[in-house]
Amino acid sequence: MTDTTFEPTGPEEMEAIAGAIRDAPERMSWDSGAKQMVTIYLPLALFVIILLFPFYWMAITAVKPDYEMYDYAKFSPFWVHSPTLANIDKLLFQTEYPQWLMITMGVATAATFLSLFASVLAAYAIERLRFKGAQHVGLAIYLAYLVPPTILFIPLATLIFQFGLFDSPVALILTYPTFLVPFCTWLLIGYFKSIPYELEECALIDGASRLQILWRITLPLAIPGLISAGIFAFTLSWNEFIYALAFIQSTDRKTVPVAILTELVTGDVYQWGSLMAGSLLGSVPVALIYSFFVEYYVSSMTGAVKE
Amino acid sequence: MDATVETAARWVPSRTEGRLSRLFDNKAFLVTLCLLPSAGLLIVFLTYPLGLGLWLSLTDSTIGQPGEYIGLDNFISLAQDPVFWMSVTNTIMYTVVATVGKFLLGLWLAMLLNHNIPFKAFIRAIVLLPWIVPTVLSAIAWWWIYDPQFSIVSYVLVNVLHLRSSYIDFLGSPWNARGSLVVANIWRGIPFVAITLLAGLQTISPSLYEAALLDGASNWQKFRRITVPLLLPILSVALTLSVLFTFSDFQLVYAITRGGPFNTTQLMATLAFQRAIPGSQLGEGAAIAVSMIPFLVGATLLCFFGVGRRKWQQGSDND
Repeated sequence: MTDTTFEPTGPEEMEAIAGAIRDAPERMSWDSGAKQMVTIYLPLALFVIILLFPFYWMAITAVKPDYEMYDYAKFSPFWVHSPTLANIDKLLFQTEYPQWLMITMGVATAATFLSLFASVLAAYAIERLRFKGAQHVGLAIYLAYLVPPTILFIPLATLIFQFGLFDSPVALILTYPTFLVPFCTWLLIGYFKSIPYELEECALIDGASRLQILWRITLPLAIPGLISAGIFAFTLSWNEFIYALAFIQSTDRKTVPVAILTELVTGDVYQWGSLMAGSLLGSVPVALIYSFFVEYYVSSMTGAVKE
Repeated sequence: MDATVETAARWVPSRTEGRLSRLFDNKAFLVTLCLLPSAGLLIVFLTYPLGLGLWLSLTDSTIGQPGEYIGLDNFISLAQDPVFWMSVTNTIMYTVVATVGKFLLGLWLAMLLNHNIPFKAFIRAIVLLPWIVPTVLSAIAWWWIYDPQFSIVSYVLVNVLHLRSSYIDFLGSPWNARGSLVVANIWRGIPFVAITLLAGLQTISPSLYEAALLDGASNWQKFRRITVPLLLPILSVALTLSVLFTFSDFQLVYAITRGGPFNTTQLMATLAFQRAIPGSQLGEGAAIAVSMIPFLVGATLLCFFGVGRRKWQQGSDND
């Protein structure tokens, strides 16, 4: 296994190859059409249906009136017969949902910009200023990405308490960069690498200062990377749960994921209609951003893993 | 064209030869300045809490009370706590089963997507949705799918396919609940695995498969001898990240079962939360969180080096 070229190793494998050669013409002939249908399109369709079904179920439950939702005998559960906006209406006007959306939006935006600012500078220093130990700093930042929030939230809670930031959205804005900065920095380092260094050398010779180079040359060229990092950071902050659950207590300061789970789940009878409406509305902003920037998402996801 | 001329004209490196501008060209100063924001944030909110967590695990702190050093008492009492040990086995099982499921199904999906299919970009985009949508929100949808009375899965099995006579109690008994959580976790993890592995698959040159075809290799041999070895580098990174985040998972379990029924689906993360925040035993919660660290380090090393990220797989010019 030290080579990637194909080498038969044992007698069984030799026999298998001989068999394959004998069967080859036959295999080629029904390799198309029906076989492709069964081996590719059918499993693919199943995958797509299973991966999307929970969203369909979420959406359809959100617009079902209660009498349909709990009566499978009379109404087929897969379809909605008389759609209603009652659940969404109740969510928007009888709970503090709009407030939670605003808080989430504000926290995610602020945390994203803070992280981008810190990451751009760090990535530039590590990748372009070529100082001694840059690689070690890069490695340290990568290791920081591997520290999961679940082992940090308890000491962070005491820290937040000491800073007097408990129950304040500022606590979230300051703590989200712990997982955003490593990710964005790593992404941007990869991006800066792809920008030719000669461009900067030219500017240096022309007498530009380092900060001018960063601001006028490197950053404009790195805009796609900045967009990738930005939308990723925004999505990650929007989805964050454990810090928001541990650091925020007042109803009117909660973020959407936390609020739905702690404010809308009351008592023993769950209001599935408004729960699903809340989940649906909470997913829409990230889904919208995602739909506009699919290519950036895919490239940053795979880029970050490849690095 | 015009735009370039204009920017070129505006490009006048204005240099007031002052102390300040010379300071900004001093490399040591500039490096410090650039690293300051991220280093500050990470040291205050990541490195320091990590150390503080170690310290807290050795104290009897509660919320609002700093607590005193009590040595290893927290760990000793945890070692005698059956709920803690159940959370450890739960976490390990959850991670192993969910990771295996995610990677087998994800690899399959990636290979399906690697064929020449119509609407490939569109399918790839919608397949990623479970990974994009906030976990808690999709977990709530799963919670509803797992409802004992109105589960759509039960409805299909009982009323449409007539395979069962009674509705399944998905979350009511320990093993059903654990299985349900693993399924939801696999569902959420498949897209990440599939899309990263797809990126890896696309870098494999088709000529290798053509050569193998000429040599008469079977599909399995092509998979085993070409696809798997060339996919290993990206696979090891994806595996490391996936194991790490599955092991430290909190949201899914907290949203669907909250550790119930009777603490039988507690993961280490959810148990740490339950003891520390609602139970206000910060010291004990921190001890549980700290006990996750050896597992995390071990699993990371195992995935990263065990699965192999060897030089020959990446080409010799890589370091």
